[in-house]
Amino acid sequence: MINWIGLVPLFPLLGFLILSLGQKSFSKTIAGLIGSATVTASFLISLCVAATLPVEPVTVDVFHWFSAGSLSVDFSFLVDPLAAIFLIIITGVGLLIHIYSIGYMHDDPAFTRFFSYLNLFVFFMLLLVLGANYLVLFTGWEGVGLCSYLLIGFWFKNPEYNKAANKAFIMNRIGDLAFLLGVILIFVQFGSIAFADIFPAARQMPDNQPMMVAITLLLFIGATGKSAQLPLYTWLPDAMAGPTPVSALIHAATMVTAGIYMVVRSNVLYSLAPFTLDVMATIGTVTALFAATIALGQTDIKKVLAYSTVSQLGMMVAALGAGAYATAIFHVTTHAFFKALLFLAAGSVIHAMSGEQDVRRMGGLRKKLPVTYFVFLIGTLAISGIPPFAGFFSKDEILAHMWVQNKVLFVGLALTAVCTALYMFRLFFMTFFGAFRGTHEQEHHLHESPAVMTIPLIVLAILSTVGGLLGIPEIFGGHHHLRALLAPLLSFPASLLNEEPSHTFEWIMMGTTLLVLAIVIRTVYQSIVVRAELPSSDDKDITGTQRLLANKYYVDEIYQAAIVKPLRTFGSFCGNIIENYIIDGAVRTVNAAVNTAGSGTRKLQTGNVGFYVFAMVLGILAILVYNLIIR
Amino acid sequence: MLPLLSTLIFLPLLGGLITFFSGVNARKTALAVALVELALSLWVLLAHFVPTAGMQLVEDYWWVESLGISYKMGLDGISMALVLLTTVLVPLIILSAFGRDVKSPSLYFGLILLMQSALIGVFASLDGFLFYLFWELALIPIYLICLNWGGENRTRITLKFFIYTLFGSLLMLVAFIWMRAQTANQSFDIDQFYALKLSSDAQSWIFWALFLAFAIKMPVFPFHSWQPDTYTDAPTQGTMLLSGIMLKMGIYGVIRWMLPVLPIGVDTWGLLAASLAVAGIVYASLIAWVQKDFKRLIAYSSIAHVGMIAAAVFTLSTQGLLGSVVQMLSHGVNVVGLFLVADILLHRTGTRDLGQLGGIRSVAPAFATTFIIILLGAVALPLTNGFIGEFMLLSGIFRYNITLASLAGLSVIFGAVYMLRAYRIIMLGEQQSSSATFADLVWNEKAVLYTLVVLIFLFGVYPDPLIRLVGPSVEHLQEVITNAGAATLR
Repeated sequence: MINWIGLVPLFPLLGFLILSLGQKSFSKTIAGLIGSATVTASFLISLCVAATLPVEPVTVDVFHWFSAGSLSVDFSFLVDPLAAIFLIIITGVGLLIHIYSIGYMHDDPAFTRFFSYLNLFVFFMLLLVLGANYLVLFTGWEGVGLCSYLLIGFWFKNPEYNKAANKAFIMNRIGDLAFLLGVILIFVQFGSIAFADIFPAARQMPDNQPMMVAITLLLFIGATGKSAQLPLYTWLPDAMAGPTPVSALIHAATMVTAGIYMVVRSNVLYSLAPFTLDVMATIGTVTALFAATIALGQTDIKKVLAYSTVSQLGMMVAALGAGAYATAIFHVTTHAFFKALLFLAAGSVIHAMSGEQDVRRMGGLRKKLPVTYFVFLIGTLAISGIPPFAGFFSKDEILAHMWVQNKVLFVGLALTAVCTALYMFRLFFMTFFGAFRGTHEQEHHLHESPAVMTIPLIVLAILSTVGGLLGIPEIFGGHHHLRALLAPLLSFPASLLNEEPSHTFEWIMMGTTLLVLAIVIRTVYQSIVVRAELPSSDDKDITGTQRLLANKYYVDEIYQAAIVKPLRTFGSFCGNIIENYIIDGAVRTVNAAVNTAGSGTRKLQTGNVGFYVFAMVLGILAILVYNLIIR
Repeated sequence: MLPLLSTLIFLPLLGGLITFFSGVNARKTALAVALVELALSLWVLLAHFVPTAGMQLVEDYWWVESLGISYKMGLDGISMALVLLTTVLVPLIILSAFGRDVKSPSLYFGLILLMQSALIGVFASLDGFLFYLFWELALIPIYLICLNWGGENRTRITLKFFIYTLFGSLLMLVAFIWMRAQTANQSFDIDQFYALKLSSDAQSWIFWALFLAFAIKMPVFPFHSWQPDTYTDAPTQGTMLLSGIMLKMGIYGVIRWMLPVLPIGVDTWGLLAASLAVAGIVYASLIAWVQKDFKRLIAYSSIAHVGMIAAAVFTLSTQGLLGSVVQMLSHGVNVVGLFLVADILLHRTGTRDLGQLGGIRSVAPAFATTFIIILLGAVALPLTNGFIGEFMLLSGIFRYNITLASLAGLSVIFGAVYMLRAYRIIMLGEQQSSSATFADLVWNEKAVLYTLVVLIFLFGVYPDPLIRLVGPSVEHLQEVITNAGAATLR
């Protein structure tokens, strides 16, 4: 079965080629079928691969890519439990989102193009997690960035969407440069870029060498781009310009977790660089809290979910920083379920509301959209960490690990958890409770989505409910399947080994969290549903803090003023002043000097024979003087 | 037995002369000649070329024995790759002019073929004088092409270009004549040059003379000020010849005629030269970012791309040298594509001004798709041709100097910034009045652009044959350099 692994990415690639080359000749039904069928095939093969996974990781060579001197790069795949988990998430959640899109995109004239891009994305994402060396990983890494660019700017007539697409690509490219330099540094250090060569060699190395810190930091900068961490996260909220299924698939469930995947894949290196882990724990926590507070100030349903994604990714990065690699993967998995669910449910709301995304103009939708309401509730419970929904287990695990590692950061993450419940229930109540606040026309159009959209929602809701079973903590007498699965490929920093939070602590933490969450939910309910306090759209009523949050701490404006503007000004200065006056000026000076010298000597050519004879005599005299006297 | 290499060099010359007298059939004649030349070069590659380290298909006769000038020609993997670049691009360049009004086409297309002949001569010469001769011969047709078929300011701009590059080549001539005087048997033979053991002072002087000659051709910052004007003002085919092939003469010159002859000079001054090239990457990228004319934007982006290649060459590393050859080919393919895009824009809308363009994607999907694929090649996305070369170049520079590599790497970001900006403004958004009647690609544009797209993916996905062609020669060259260095120091 393992030898068929090449088929997993091949099917979506074929789907992309067929759909994009035959764009005009397919009806929407056929295009949707082709797009979903290829992912179904990949999903089934992935399941078989996962079921028959051998104990040792298997490398499958596809072809020799290139070599240069001592650098030899094969296009090859590595199949192990980590890859298998991601294969199933990507193809499984991907399939649900493909099916959902058949309904969601039904009225779009570029329906076929949409599915071709989605298939291409799945192809690159699969390359990313299957790559057996850093360059194949990087190929997927850049490829998903390309698809993200294409899909954010899918409605390319809108200039704002196009700018968002460019921003996503460029912010990612900033990270990618660091990633690429990190890969080169790995090559310099290990003489290879294949995982199978690097990790065994690294296991023999001592801790905290500057080289290893540099490598892991550079790779991590790459991850801050792709996984939207401070300071490169600003593209992700703007990426919501893309169609909602894209936000669910790329900007919530899969692509943005590539950074987490990459770090876990490289965990052997990271465990050798505790300094980098500390950096990651800090950046992750700060990002988590920072984004969660911004989410509190947003009123666009997708923007809230986008900042929530940034925040949740921050928690995953913090988990990585705490050395809890398996926990981070656990949260990636549960997050894929409930965040895809929330985005798709939000899509169903937007669909019903004829494109409206501002929750201030929604309200009371639970009667008209019962299925959407119900699944959104499950998603909200799951992300807020209410037992027994999936998010509860993974989030508590992150908190427990951070408690052991760093108490200050633990407080940050705990506050994030509180904010999460706050903005999610605020969003939930504003959308589904109270009175309808939209136009009459919108109210007239309100309808539950068709089955092709609600069935994927129900499946995801079930997964968001039971996903926690993958990692039931010991205190519930459970077995942590994920941790057991990943154990062979993980390596922990010496300082972290054998440190597990005590059971007493876990009980206390769980109890406290639940109590706080109950208070939060009740408060939000009182405020929004009972007292109908809604964020005003009138500028006068807004306090300074609210404005700061609504404007996302002005980070975009700061980047624009501090980096983009000065660079462009400098570019203009180079192009207009240096080019024209300094470089070309120097050329003109040489030119003028030659001209002057030329016109000077030209005057000697008078055509007067007497002058020539005179000059000749002078010359002869000079020679005589030189020969007779000076020598 | 037919002297294959000479046939390869002089067939386009003959074809060019025929084209001069072909009247209305000039385009077809020239294209036919270029296609025969392409077939011939592929046949030479497949049937007569063994990718080993040494020179192949060598022809060596005395030409002017008294002056030590011989007719010595040969190809190794590096020059073979560049000959192939020439024979692949020239038919595409000719084809790109189909359907465009060109005054006196027989002259125009004839000159393109003459140019091809000289370019192949440059890549095949193994005698210093012969190299110089072909180098100057290549200048004449392109000078005439720019002067007679160029834009509004062609007289002034072409003169500047001509004087710049003539100045450079004179320095090269002087250096070669001086080097010949130092050889054991007063010869321009490249092997005699390689055997020279020059003092470190002499190497420094020769280094700068040759570097200037080659740096102007590429061009390397700050010797580039002829380039944006010339590229912008030259007719499309002229710009394609200049940027796609001719600038590679400069890089090739460094690889073939500088590195093995001047090991100490390169050791002493290489870092400075590489730093200039890297400064040019950042400088030109920033300027490209604020350009309004799309053709000028590509001209500046070319300085950035070539800067990375030039910097890597001086590292003398396998990755740097191999990467430079791979990237010369990729750059040739991509830049010809981009200049054709610029030509199509001007032809359809009457402008290349970004401010007046927009929304073309809605009306020309095939054009939009090919444009973005070429653009992705230019920004070195993995699985396109630009990536392999860029990765090798960066690795080569990285091992040489980390600061330079980090600065050179900025092109990874800047390339995306200015290219995507241009694409967004030109192709996306609402349609502008200029693009209201924009017709999608016609047959000859399709033929050219689709071929380029195939090459972009071919070398991005499966560059191995190319690397096996070039690799042994690069390693051999490195041995020659190392031995020369050791010999001089002894």
